[in-house]
Amino acid sequence: MEPEILRWLVKEMGDCLWATARAMPSIPLPPESYEAGRNQYYSTKILKVMLKEVPEDALKLLGITDKDICIPILTYVFGEAQLGGTVAVVSLARLRQEHYGMAPDRPLLLERLRKESLHELGHTFGLIHCPSRDCVMYLSNTVIDVDSKGRSFCRACQMAVESQTGVGRDE
Amino acid sequence: MTVEKSVNILVVDDEEIVRDSLGSWLEEDGYNVEAVESGKKALERLPAKVWDLMLVDLKMPGMDGIQLMEEVRKTHPEMLVIIMTAYATVDTAVKAMKKGAYDYFVKPFNPDDISLTIRKIVDHHKLVRENLFLRKELKKQYKLRDMISKNEKMLEIFDLARTVAKSSSTVLIQGESGTGKELLARAIHDESPRSEAPFISVSCAALTESLLENELFGHEKGAFTGANAIKRGKLELAQDGTLFLDEIGDISLKLQMDLLSVLEQRLFRRVGGSDLIAISSRILAATNRDLKRAIEEGRFRADLYYRLNVISIQIPPLRERREDIPLLVEHFIEKFNIEMGKQIRGVGEGAMRILMDNDWPGNARELRNVIERAVVVAKGNVITESDISLPSIVGRADHRAKSLEEVEKEHIRVVLIENQWNIVRSAQTLGIDRVTLYNKIKKFDLKKEGTGAKEC
Repeated sequence: MEPEILRWLVKEMGDCLWATARAMPSIPLPPESYEAGRNQYYSTKILKVMLKEVPEDALKLLGITDKDICIPILTYVFGEAQLGGTVAVVSLARLRQEHYGMAPDRPLLLERLRKESLHELGHTFGLIHCPSRDCVMYLSNTVIDVDSKGRSFCRACQMAVESQTGVGRDE
Repeated sequence: MTVEKSVNILVVDDEEIVRDSLGSWLEEDGYNVEAVESGKKALERLPAKVWDLMLVDLKMPGMDGIQLMEEVRKTHPEMLVIIMTAYATVDTAVKAMKKGAYDYFVKPFNPDDISLTIRKIVDHHKLVRENLFLRKELKKQYKLRDMISKNEKMLEIFDLARTVAKSSSTVLIQGESGTGKELLARAIHDESPRSEAPFISVSCAALTESLLENELFGHEKGAFTGANAIKRGKLELAQDGTLFLDEIGDISLKLQMDLLSVLEQRLFRRVGGSDLIAISSRILAATNRDLKRAIEEGRFRADLYYRLNVISIQIPPLRERREDIPLLVEHFIEKFNIEMGKQIRGVGEGAMRILMDNDWPGNARELRNVIERAVVVAKGNVITESDISLPSIVGRADHRAKSLEEVEKEHIRVVLIENQWNIVRSAQTLGIDRVTLYNKIKKFDLKKEGTGAKEC
């Protein structure tokens, strides 16, 4: 993916989570995650490989890919995370306007990436989907949902994340 | 932040990859998910939790998805099942839906479709549960132990019963046969501080004078031929508890005297005994007779009446509280569903009309018997007109062919009763003068006696 987008996302995630964020060198997608019949990558298998790559000083590891990802039972996912775990992955493929036959829209793509990255990281903090549309943890299976939901955590979700990052810092 | 924590979903699929991926994906939505690999395992897990939804793969070795759904329905008829399949054919979809599947999904699913469907089911479930909860709460307000009513008079009676339960005063419960006099007596006992002690019921009408005496007071050894051992009477057995004397209006004058003495002195002797035994039980009495008239006619002691009638409760007949009929019907259906293991959901419109229109001379007891029969004979899960059998309809005077004279006699009789035999008011209602009414009474041999409150 474009280094420029990665740099921007690192800063955004660091600001959102009040954390130190840094970019790692890219890792190739594991060949065994490729679902040939669907031309998609099985995100759970990506997460398994990422788990081996988590640096010792890192609380969470977020992967970003340009490829379309899925889990076998669903036609696609925007991202997947280990609920209450360490790793998460987000795909840019279906966040791009081009996927839907429209002209590229970079600011919109960045906003969607920011929301979905925060959403998947939220899952790694143990958050489940939030009933509030204003919260970034609101369930979004379509870009319409992604665009309409809030861009940050609601108070309750924010508190849940803070309680965990606090624990992480003390340790 | 948290949603639907208590929603339990059972995933059944022989493919591990499906179980894992569907399970973790649904968990992100906050559902409790358990995934098993076969129909057999699913049936084993069924009793473990209250499952809200099952996602079942159509093609599995051994028991397939539809067979599993049918098996589940035998014990959980309300279970919602979504069938999943990798092979989309119209035939299997139609078959699954016809067999009662809630929905049918082709793998892989569009995440939005499955999310919305599950959300819809969960919301629907929540509404159903809320509705059930509210209905139960509402019913609690209408209930006194096993009695149920929303009639204003009955609710006043429930309140009064709860209040008098705290005291030890004697209560006289009056009402037609089948109105629930014994149920009310039991409720008073159960609500009272004596509820841990026995509730002893004696039907005074069922026994001869000497048997009833023996039943109430017991006897000493050798009191009479055949009295080989001491027998403790109901008065003793009810110690610290409640003694319920049903059909008190039917006891002999001699026993009335004995009972009066017990109530006044709170002491008694066993038959053939000399020791005085103190009683600590509370006395409740009931009758379907008009005791005031029995006093006038010298068949009941006035002093006993006043001793019993410290607190008086008159239960209205069912025909005067028709609003209770649907409530009672639902109550009895629930009761008999449990007793007979049936799944009757309610009463059809036509059947309910018959039940509402009937006069119920045998009151709630008769209604209960009619519903019991209907639950037994009902073929579907709704009681229909053909399931209702009302013997009273056939025998009722106004349903058989009769002469004009008979109708006139019956009408005059009813009007007289309604006006408590006040001749002036009855004549006014009938639109005739007093002399004519007297003549008709004479002609038809109508008598106040025997036409009073006792109609059933």
